[in-house]
Amino acid sequence: MPIIKTEDLTYIYSQGTPFEKAAVDHVNLEIEAGEFVGVIGHTGSGKSTLIQHLNGLLEPTSGKVYIDGQDLWADKSKIRQFRFRVGLVFQYPEYQLFEDTVAKDIAFGPRNMGLSEAEIQDRVRMAAQFVDLPEEILEKSPFELSGGQKRRVAIAGVIAMDPEVLILDEPTAGLDPRGRDRILGQLKEYHRHRGNTVLLVSHSMEDVAKYATKVLVMNRSHLFLYDETHRVFKHAEELSRMGLAVPQLSRVFTALAEQGFAVNPNTYTMQYALNEIEDLLEGRGYHA
Amino acid sequence: MLKDITIGQYFPGQSFLHRMDPRMKIILTIVYIVLLFMASTLVTIGMSVVFLAVLYRIAKIPGKMVFRGIKPVIPIVIFTALLNMLFIDGEVIWKLGFLSITKEGLWTAFLMAVRIIALIAGTSLLTYTTSPIVLTDAIERLMSPLAKLKFPVHELAMMMTIALRFIPTLIEETDKIMSAQKARGADLESGGLMQRARALIPILIPLFISAFRRADELALAMECRCYRGGEGRTRMKQLKLGGVDIAAALVFCALAAGVILLNLYLPMPF
Repeated sequence: MPIIKTEDLTYIYSQGTPFEKAAVDHVNLEIEAGEFVGVIGHTGSGKSTLIQHLNGLLEPTSGKVYIDGQDLWADKSKIRQFRFRVGLVFQYPEYQLFEDTVAKDIAFGPRNMGLSEAEIQDRVRMAAQFVDLPEEILEKSPFELSGGQKRRVAIAGVIAMDPEVLILDEPTAGLDPRGRDRILGQLKEYHRHRGNTVLLVSHSMEDVAKYATKVLVMNRSHLFLYDETHRVFKHAEELSRMGLAVPQLSRVFTALAEQGFAVNPNTYTMQYALNEIEDLLEGRGYHA
Repeated sequence: MLKDITIGQYFPGQSFLHRMDPRMKIILTIVYIVLLFMASTLVTIGMSVVFLAVLYRIAKIPGKMVFRGIKPVIPIVIFTALLNMLFIDGEVIWKLGFLSITKEGLWTAFLMAVRIIALIAGTSLLTYTTSPIVLTDAIERLMSPLAKLKFPVHELAMMMTIALRFIPTLIEETDKIMSAQKARGADLESGGLMQRARALIPILIPLFISAFRRADELALAMECRCYRGGEGRTRMKQLKLGGVDIAAALVFCALAAGVILLNLYLPMPF
């Protein structure tokens, strides 16, 4: 059974006014448990609206959302339970920090779940470890930390709820390359360790190519594609027409292949690219 | 959600009411309010209401909007009408215990109710046809003589403009923070008064921090562009009185004359 399933999910903004607009239009989606899904789409394609439906922050105008087979909106009073099961990290999550210590802020989610104090402390320590926050930071005020540290505290606040599905909306926006690699590496590690489902909204095709097992492409409120990463990047031309670029490596290898070099044009990760180049140099070229 | 709240209820349009000089609109609105309270007969108050209705028609503002503006004051209107009805002496037409309704009381109640509703509808017409920024500009100009008395007119207007500018931004920000805390299981909808007040802390603290951050950034951006207050500042958009404004002023003069004369020569029968 898929962990996330949507049926004709439609959401219309400002219904009944001249500004009416469908932000998500009849989206049918099935995501299996354990995937690391990259969510891509141009600005305003509906990705943010889509992910806010998956934990019940937005109620669909029509259509259904199922988490692990359960209808999200079957009982409105139980909606909070789904928010614990599907953790959502918003863009620039450091702007929601409010407690006087880092530990208390991370504990906000678990405390709302009604866990015991001992369990809460366990969760806080576990989450802090995943995002690589040193012990001594936990008792500091979140407002004294650096930007990258704040971001990781905010992510830890959601990880501490130990959700079955973790969704992150551009968790690396505004970070320097080192901060970006650090957060994404930790996420990958977290995903490998917990074996849960991760959805990563990103504008960076490189990041998606590097980490995602599957890619979901939104285009003008519609689901354009949901498939394995390498299959998605084969649609290079359609993607670039949508204003989305394929990874730089992909472009380089497509161009090399067009020039007559014996390489696989569908190459988008650094490791694979290295192998390809080595093979080519040693005369064992790729034959499609 | 929060986005549906409208503050500064500007209703864009192309009518001459929209194009009029905002200073003239403010002055004429004040004139209209004075007229409303001078009109004391059925004929004159009726004239004032019809006049306003015609202006609404010209501005092409839907009736729904008019009603939305009036709705919040309905309790006050009813309360005033009741008080007037019960406590004004005169010819008694109905009596129950110590309560009595007089003919004069009934008339005053009606008159006051109409005045309050017309007052709200009249001032709303100003805000419906004038964008908040233009309105602040006009207020600054009208108050500019006070600057001679060292009253900080420009600074006040700038503060109003900035406040208006940031209302939608802060509403959006609040929306975002609320969603983020709800995603962490914050419960904003249930519990008693104390519990609800406590539930606001995770929203208010980030909101204040972000408001201060924005204020800092704005101050910096203004300094980068060498902002030093109103002295010697010129304007991109100059306000000019035009033919429309003169015509409007004349129409209001006619209305005022009509109200004053008819009040005198066509008084109420009692």
